[in-house]
Amino acid sequence: MKDRKILLKKGHVVSFLSKIDKKRDILISNGEITDISENMKIKEDYEVIDVSGKFVIPALFDIHTHLRTPGREDKETFLSGAKAALKGGFTRICCMPNTDPPIDNAGLIRFIIEQSKKDDIVDILPIGAITKKREGKELAEMYDMKLSGAVGFSDDGFPVMNSGVMRRALEYAGMLGLPIITHSEDMGLSKGGHMNEGYISTILGIKGIPKEAEASMISRDIELSKMTGGHLHIAHVSCKESVDLVREAKKEGVNVTCETCPHYFSLTDEAVLGFNTNAKVNPPLRNKEDVEAIIEGLCDGTIDVIASDHAPHAIQEKEMEFDKAPFGMIGLELSLSLTITKLVKPGILNWGKLIQLMSVNPAKVVNQPVYDISKGSQANLVVVDIKEWISNKESFYSLSYNTPFLNKSLLGVVDYVFSKGRLLLNNGEITAE
Amino acid sequence: MVSSVKMDETKLVKSWDKKHLLGIRELSKDEIDIILDQARAFKEVLTRPVPKVPTLRGKTIASLFFESSTRTKLSFSLAAKRLSADSISLSSSSSSILKGESLIDTARNIRAMNVDIIIIRHSSSGVPYILSKVVDCSIVNAGDGTHEHPTQALLDIFTIKEHKDNIENLKVSIIGDIAHSRVARSNIWGLTKLGAKVTVCGPATLIPPKIEQMGVKVVYDIDEALEEADVVNVLRIQLERQQEGLFPSLREYTRFFGINKERLRKAKPGLLIMHPGPVNRGVELSQEVADMKKSNNMPYSVILDQVTNGIAVRMSVLYLVSICKSENGR
Repeated sequence: MKDRKILLKKGHVVSFLSKIDKKRDILISNGEITDISENMKIKEDYEVIDVSGKFVIPALFDIHTHLRTPGREDKETFLSGAKAALKGGFTRICCMPNTDPPIDNAGLIRFIIEQSKKDDIVDILPIGAITKKREGKELAEMYDMKLSGAVGFSDDGFPVMNSGVMRRALEYAGMLGLPIITHSEDMGLSKGGHMNEGYISTILGIKGIPKEAEASMISRDIELSKMTGGHLHIAHVSCKESVDLVREAKKEGVNVTCETCPHYFSLTDEAVLGFNTNAKVNPPLRNKEDVEAIIEGLCDGTIDVIASDHAPHAIQEKEMEFDKAPFGMIGLELSLSLTITKLVKPGILNWGKLIQLMSVNPAKVVNQPVYDISKGSQANLVVVDIKEWISNKESFYSLSYNTPFLNKSLLGVVDYVFSKGRLLLNNGEITAE
Repeated sequence: MVSSVKMDETKLVKSWDKKHLLGIRELSKDEIDIILDQARAFKEVLTRPVPKVPTLRGKTIASLFFESSTRTKLSFSLAAKRLSADSISLSSSSSSILKGESLIDTARNIRAMNVDIIIIRHSSSGVPYILSKVVDCSIVNAGDGTHEHPTQALLDIFTIKEHKDNIENLKVSIIGDIAHSRVARSNIWGLTKLGAKVTVCGPATLIPPKIEQMGVKVVYDIDEALEEADVVNVLRIQLERQQEGLFPSLREYTRFFGINKERLRKAKPGLLIMHPGPVNRGVELSQEVADMKKSNNMPYSVILDQVTNGIAVRMSVLYLVSICKSENGR
């Protein structure tokens, strides 16, 4: 394509690295940001997009999604997942290996990367399994997977229960410079559980999963990270005890990072009342004090990342007896809105902090380049309108709509997305082919 | 056939707005009283030479029992017949659930046969709630997982009221596997709403977390639970719980939590002994205690009265849910 100059007019530009937090015009020429200034003069060959009243931020990165491919393409495909990601403001996502078959070898890693390139909507960066078939027994071929493009390793969905295996995994991945992403759950404590253990599980007669199932495993994994020096990234932190453990470990200088998900700072286990299977997630929704601790952890830097843990499920699987329904909720198209609605709008976090949690730190955890809005850099940015919208099943690009936030009023709609210089979401419509 | 049942229809129709009976938690004290008052009227019907009324003539009731049952299933079935309803029943072992049909599809199909009331027992907590959202007929919970068993609690309270003057401030001890008991949960909701003082007692491993928040006292000493009680409701202990590692052996359970005559020496005169059945004789209740007859201010068992009363209480529930006009009543 020949000369294309797009002028984003009057947006509120926030970028963490270049420390911008002002109303600015941005000129994007052939995919590159060539000027950032006030009241830029409009030239004849400019395509002008009026983004006044909207926020312009670096493109987001979701390091925890489930794209269900291969195996359950009825729930999500690379294409539908990529579109959902784009609509949610993400241009890079990591997909977890708990597929069928599990992504535990270089061939499947290459398969994902090739598919992602073919669809060419967002970058899908695969996470490989820690152990073969995610059985927690023998290490998978991590080196081979790294060379094919894996950016980290996880048996997500399951913990690595055997501490000896976990130790070796951290040592081996440490050698490769890649993170081990843990699903921290002591299965002896969580066995048969379907929701948080507490008053609500007692009155509903549903077996509970205590917080200690998560915290005790995090405690073990921190010790193993300390022992091996390997980078431990703790997925979906849900409770106060876990936040406290990570805070202490960071003080000690342990090589640990962690993430939480929007549902853990937005909801408590009361969302399960009425046997709402859309609120069934693992780790489970906790209590008010946990929500407060998660928010505190986000504010003080204990929690590095907000990830979606996007977990699509078919409607017939969720319209089921509570104890038979699968765990998980979708998140790609809700994460940013929930973060804005629950944290930014009430003044708990500012935009700079949101960018850190959803763009900068996620990239760092998996050793990818950090996107910035600065003169001379490629356009990787998102325009967000802080307007109200109602989430409903028709509003999602995802093939699934299992979420407790269905039919809820949320703030924040992504209007434009530039990825690697290309305008892929234009006025809310996906333009990529 | 005698058709007159003593009841103040207008008052009932006006104040009753529950289309389903899902749990006791959702009921108010007044609603519990309405069910019990109505049950009293139906109990009188059951003493007649022809123990039947045409109240639900033309209505169709489907019983879906996806878990084994003797008392509850027969009791509901009799209740429907005594009200002249047409009743059909299905159990999981003979249904298309075995062919992989989902529960919700099963319920939708049954509703498509123009059934008015679905009575459901299921091993998963919450099933009646889930069905109440997907089918538009009345749902009556006949026991769901470890969640609620509302008609059992209602018949328990009905039985207590026949023997004790007032529920308010009455001391009721519920003994045994509280964690896995839907009977315990429904009784706690019902009794506390009516002002009783409820104590639960069992091994620490069978007491669910934060149950105190339901307004009950927790004790681990059976003698303490028995000493002050006006009523003791003893739950069945299931052998599977031992295999799950929740208590060491039935022998030890019986020794520390089983109720025998010796243990009742310090009990209050006239202590009511209740059990939802089926009884493990010689485990949670000794043979003697399970069969104790009323005499000389001694404790006595009302286990079979509970069963008799179950029919009247279930007639009352089926009648009430069928008169509800509201569409979204719960």
